[in-house]
Amino acid sequence: MAGNNPTSSEYIQHHLQNMTFGLHPENGLGLAHSPQEAQEMGFWAIHLDTMGWSIGLGILFLWLFRMVAKTATTSVPSGMQNFVEMMVEFVDNSVRETFHGKSKLIAPLSLTIFCWIFLMNLMDLVPVDFLPMLAQKIGAWFGADPAHVYFKVVPTTDVNATLGMSLSVFALIIFYSIREKGFSGFVAELTLHPFNASNPFVQALLIPVNFLLEAVTLLAKPVSLALRLFGNLYAGELIFILIAMVGLWQLPLHFAWATFHILIITLQAFIFMMLTIVYLSMATEKH
Amino acid sequence: MNLNLTLIGQAIAFAVFVWFCMKFVWPPVMQALQERQKKIADGLDAASRATRDLELAEEQAAEQLKESKEQAAEIIEQAHKRANQMIEEARDNARLEGERMIESARGEIEQETQRAKEELRAQVATLAIQGAERILDSSIDEAKHRELVDKLAAEL
Repeated sequence: MAGNNPTSSEYIQHHLQNMTFGLHPENGLGLAHSPQEAQEMGFWAIHLDTMGWSIGLGILFLWLFRMVAKTATTSVPSGMQNFVEMMVEFVDNSVRETFHGKSKLIAPLSLTIFCWIFLMNLMDLVPVDFLPMLAQKIGAWFGADPAHVYFKVVPTTDVNATLGMSLSVFALIIFYSIREKGFSGFVAELTLHPFNASNPFVQALLIPVNFLLEAVTLLAKPVSLALRLFGNLYAGELIFILIAMVGLWQLPLHFAWATFHILIITLQAFIFMMLTIVYLSMATEKH
Repeated sequence: MNLNLTLIGQAIAFAVFVWFCMKFVWPPVMQALQERQKKIADGLDAASRATRDLELAEEQAAEQLKESKEQAAEIIEQAHKRANQMIEEARDNARLEGERMIESARGEIEQETQRAKEELRAQVATLAIQGAERILDSSIDEAKHRELVDKLAAEL
C-alpha cells in the first residue's frame, strides 16, 4: 500500500488523484503535493499521467496500425495484418451501417476512437498498485516524498480525457450540421422543433421552448458521451482499488472482476464509437 | 474531479491522432482491402470462366469421340467388306486354278494313254510276228511280211 500505513480512505484518495502539474498560487510552478493543492491550481494545470498514458497509448495504436498500413499487401494477409484488417473492416462495417452520408473522416475517426479508448481502458487491468508504486519509487529516487507522488494510470478514469474527446466530437457534430444544412438550417433545427405552429405569432412564442429543449438535447450528447465512459471506468477502477484492500482474498476477487471488466472495457469503447457515428449521422441527415 | 488544461490537451491529442489515422493509416489499409476484394472477385470470375471453358471442351471432346467412333466403325465395315471380297476372289481363283489343273491333268492322261497305245501297238506287232513265226516256223519271210503286220497293227 502507498505511503506509511495510510488509512483506507487515504489509500483510495491517493489512488484517485492525478499527477497534476501547474502553477500554484503559493508554491509556484510544480507538481501538486496534495489533492487540495491540485484543486487550488485551478484550470491552468495539467494531468501529466493522463496526458502521458493517453498519448503513449495513442502512439502505440497508430504505430501498430501504421506499420501494417505501410506493408499492407493484397496477397494472403498474415498475423498483425489480419488483426488490423479485421479491426478496420469491423469499424468500416459499423460506419457503413449507420452513417449514410459521404465522409472521409468518420471511419478513421471511429477507428481511432475505438482503438484508443480500448487501449486506455485496458490499462484498468494492470493491477492498481503496480504502476503507482513504480512511480513512487522513481519519485523517491528523485527525492520526492513517496506519499505525495500521485499516479493514475487509466486515462479514461479522468473526466478531462473523456470530456476532451466528447467535446471534439461535439465540435464535429456542429460542424457537420452547419455544413450539411447551412447555418440557418442548423438554427431552424434548434428552434422550430419539436413544436411548430402555422400561426407566426404562436410560432414566435414556441421558439424559446423549442430552443430550450433542443439545446438540452444537443448539449446532453457530449456530456452523456463523456460521463458514460468516465463513470463506467471510474467505478470499475474504484472496485479494483476496493478489492486491492481486502488482503489475500483479493486474488480470486480481482480475477473475477477483471474478467467481467474485459467486457466493460470493450463495450464502452464500442459504445463511444457507435454513439459518435450515430450523432454525426444525425447531424448530417435532414429531417 | 477537476477540469483543467488536460481537457484541451486531450482534445488536441485526439485531433492529431484522428488526423494521422485519416492520413496515414486508413487509406493504405482500405486500399489493400479493396484491391484484395477486386482480386478475389477477378479470381472467382476467372474460375467460373474456366469452368465454362472446361464444359465446352468436354462437350467438344465428346463430339469428336463420337465422330471418330463412327469413322472407325465405317472403316471396320469397309475392311470387312474388302476381306469378304478378297476371300471371294481367292475362292474364284482357286476354283479356276483347280479347273485348269484338272484340265491339264486330263490332257496329260490323254497323252499318256496315246503313248501307251502307241507302245502297245508296236509291241503287239512284234508279238504277233513272233507268234506267227512260231506257228509258221520260218516259212514266212520276216522282211516280207513285216509291212503287212505293221499295217495290221496300225489298224488296231
